[in-house]
Amino acid sequence: MDALILSRLQFAITTVYHFLFVPVTLGLSIFVALLETWYVNSGSYEERIKLKKLVKFFGTIFLINFAMGVVTGIVQEFHFGMNWSEYSRFMGDIFGAPLALEALTAFFLESTFIGIWIFGWDRLSEKCHCLCIWLVAFGSNLSAFWILVANSFMQHPVAYEIQDGRAVMTSLFDLVTNRYVLGEYTHAFFAGMTTAGFLVIVVCAWKIATDEVSREMFIRTLRRAALYTLLGTMGVMGSGHMHAQYLAKGNPMKLAAFEALWETEDPAPFAVIADINQAEGRNDYEVTVPYLFTFMVHNSFSGEVKGINDLQREAVEKYGPGNYIPDVRGMFWSFRIMVGTGMLMLGITFLIGILAFFCEKKLMEINCLRCVMKCLPVLLPLPFIANSVGWYIMEAGRQPWIVVGLQKTANAVSPNLSSGEVWLTLIGFTAIYLLLAVVAVFTAVSFINRTKITEEVE
Amino acid sequence: MDLNLVWFVLIIVLFTGFFILEGFDYGVGMLILGRHESERTQFIRTIGPVWHGNSVWMITAGGAAFAAFPHFYATLFSAAYMALFLMLIALILRGVAFELRGKFGGSDWKLLWDGAIVFGSLLPAFLWGVAISNLLRGLPIDAQMHYAGNFFNLLSPYTILGGLTFVLLFAFHGLTFLTIKLADERLLLDLKRKGKCLGFIAWLVYVLFIVASMYETDVLSKSVGVIIFAAAAGVFSAGWDFVREGRQKSSFVATTVSIAMTTVAFFVALFPRLMVSSLAPEWSVTIYNAASTPDTLFIMTIAAVILVPIVLCYQYWTYKTFSDRIKPAD
Ligand code: HDD
Ligand code: HEM
Ligand code: HEM
Repeated sequence: MDALILSRLQFAITTVYHFLFVPVTLGLSIFVALLETWYVNSGSYEERIKLKKLVKFFGTIFLINFAMGVVTGIVQEFHFGMNWSEYSRFMGDIFGAPLALEALTAFFLESTFIGIWIFGWDRLSEKCHCLCIWLVAFGSNLSAFWILVANSFMQHPVAYEIQDGRAVMTSLFDLVTNRYVLGEYTHAFFAGMTTAGFLVIVVCAWKIATDEVSREMFIRTLRRAALYTLLGTMGVMGSGHMHAQYLAKGNPMKLAAFEALWETEDPAPFAVIADINQAEGRNDYEVTVPYLFTFMVHNSFSGEVKGINDLQREAVEKYGPGNYIPDVRGMFWSFRIMVGTGMLMLGITFLIGILAFFCEKKLMEINCLRCVMKCLPVLLPLPFIANSVGWYIMEAGRQPWIVVGLQKTANAVSPNLSSGEVWLTLIGFTAIYLLLAVVAVFTAVSFINRTKITEEVE
Repeated sequence: MDLNLVWFVLIIVLFTGFFILEGFDYGVGMLILGRHESERTQFIRTIGPVWHGNSVWMITAGGAAFAAFPHFYATLFSAAYMALFLMLIALILRGVAFELRGKFGGSDWKLLWDGAIVFGSLLPAFLWGVAISNLLRGLPIDAQMHYAGNFFNLLSPYTILGGLTFVLLFAFHGLTFLTIKLADERLLLDLKRKGKCLGFIAWLVYVLFIVASMYETDVLSKSVGVIIFAAAAGVFSAGWDFVREGRQKSSFVATTVSIAMTTVAFFVALFPRLMVSSLAPEWSVTIYNAASTPDTLFIMTIAAVILVPIVLCYQYWTYKTFSDRIKPAD
């Protein structure tokens, strides 16, 4: 394998890994801030003790996750220069700006105020302390915004000009208001809510089933988490749907690829399952629902949706000979997994919400229900799977381009790297990431099991 | 002043902030070596609330280099590929260690992560020293600004000396920081004793490094650079004096100033280059041939001029909030 393939593999591994922690940061920072706001506004003495413990409890889970997100994020920033130097040269004028702005506006904010938040419990007034976590939440979500502005440019270049063989920014405002950003950002934001909310649900369920003394507080938290997650899942579906509609104009090749629509059709059917034959450009077998794809794209039963083969011909006309079709099978199934896990989480959250709101007594008394609660952690991978395959669609869907229409991935890699060097770093990062995952999960689980939320003052 | 020059100054500002703030973080991280558990905990508590905010100075310096001088970022980061890989591993371990060391009670658990902190502080300090001295000494960079060497081109006696200088400089800077942040008299006395020795060695190596720079690089062709270097060494020796006299605040100010001057001296000696090409002088990466377009530089200038002071304000507020000394029981 050459340095290019290895660099891609390394980038995929390190970013997917970074993005296991990022959505938790995005959503959990807000949830912890909400909890602390609840605490600041609460009444009785006992209640306050318990609520403070609760804030610290989820705060600690947040911090373990945050540390992982941060250290893996630094790898991402260095990666562009290390492995993709030709990309950095070509794109620096545009891409560097959001990255630097991310550091200046967001990273400084979140990292400074998280320090104050951790150590400032006894030094700041309650309101001021609560403001700190809100600033952390704001900073994290702002950082996601900037990086997705950068990423959106790669999916759908706007506000640029080619000068002396490199892309040059013509307007920062147009870059930020790229239509692609809207779909990508809202979707990632709600994905964060969903992921973190689901994590909180799972933790609450586990504590309700296994920790009698803390049970009451976790049932109350569970209700809030269920609402939060419900909002998240509905948001992620709505924004995802909206974005897919936009893709019909913004990047039709990607849309056609993840629906495995080879020929242009009007009305286009929706393939529920398909056996994809990429070499010959068709599906060997498929189960379809007529009209549905057209309806999803156009909100009506008539309208054309472009197919992969036609789009390939158009691309050849526009960019010259070459293969412009991404990995259709991977994208088709990834998309179904993402949507499927989303619906599954919506259903589960809904049921849990009903239990938490209306059957609180039963939750404690009926053994079978407790057993269900205890088994819920098995489902924790769901949101993380959805996130990872979501990014696979996003990034693999723009292949062979690194910046759609402007630069090919093959021309972006650093020319001075040998495959031996990249092998070494690939193995190195993978090994240390695996090690860290084990340590972090172990630490978090033992912390969760050991911590009690009671009225006792420590 | 053209915008390239403005950005050259801003890059100096960001690297200066980085080396001053991360400098004592790294230093404190190194100095826990060989200490008892309770002492290590106290040392780490001194940087607890601030190290994370400090580390963003490095990220920002990198991001700003990317935005303002993309070719500089691309050439440096791809040239230093293996070195940066090692640095990332070190930084990963270090960052996680701060978070996890206190999550369990056991001594062995703490010892393990404290080992990671020492490693994660020593190695980046060393590698930044190597990197910065390589910028000045020159690397095999060809006409397309591609790096034509390998990992071992980065290491020469001179650049290793550069790395060592950074390690010692930061260690001593960390020590002066500890003297203003700790409360335990016994520890302070001990630091003072160690500081006499460490300060002297650091100063000696620093002077050696300046002399070596005169032979190995072209600093001599720019007298301003040499003068600032010499002045930095002077301030540094004053810092060492202050430690011996027990003037804690002054010693910290002195190490801070000497690190700032060292950073400035490096870049002044480089100017207008950012990386020297050892193959041909005209292939060097400069603030003109590596820069973004004037439009981008202009926008980024506005952003930096507004945002950096705001960041400084709230980081200053953090230091004020946590300005008291760390007591053994904390
Ligand atoms: C909890 C996670 C989660 C869930 C339940 C969903 N998604 Fe998603 N999806 C993501 C998490 C995600 C993501 C990881 O966050 C991505 C990758 C990049 C991005 O902005 O969002 C993504 C990408 C992504 C894309 C690709 C965008 C592009 O390539 O430009 C589309 C079209 C959708 N999603 C659509 C949907 C629809 C219609 C869903 C359900 C009905 C859905 N997603 C559920
Ligand atoms: C954190 C969330 C992200 C995940 C999980 C992710 C995932 C991936 C994956 C799976 C690939 C491999 C695609 C392939 O080679 O077929 C990839 C490639 C890449 N992505 Fe992302 N990505 C993320 C965010 C970003 C962002 C925000 C950017 C830019 C701002 C970006 C830039 C790139 C680049 C430069 C490559 C390498 C070149 C390539 O293979 O296309 N990614 N990413
Ligand atoms: C591939 C491109 C990416 C780069 C270069 C990158 C860079 C970084 C860096 C340097 C950090 C550490 C900041 C610190 O020390 O405080 C970080 C953390 C973070 N990143 Fe990324 N990142 C990437 C992808 C993403 C994506 C796609 C998102 C969101 C959608 C994201 C959101 C965050 C957030 C919220 C943090 C805060 C800490 C945490 O995640 O736990 N990043 N990133």
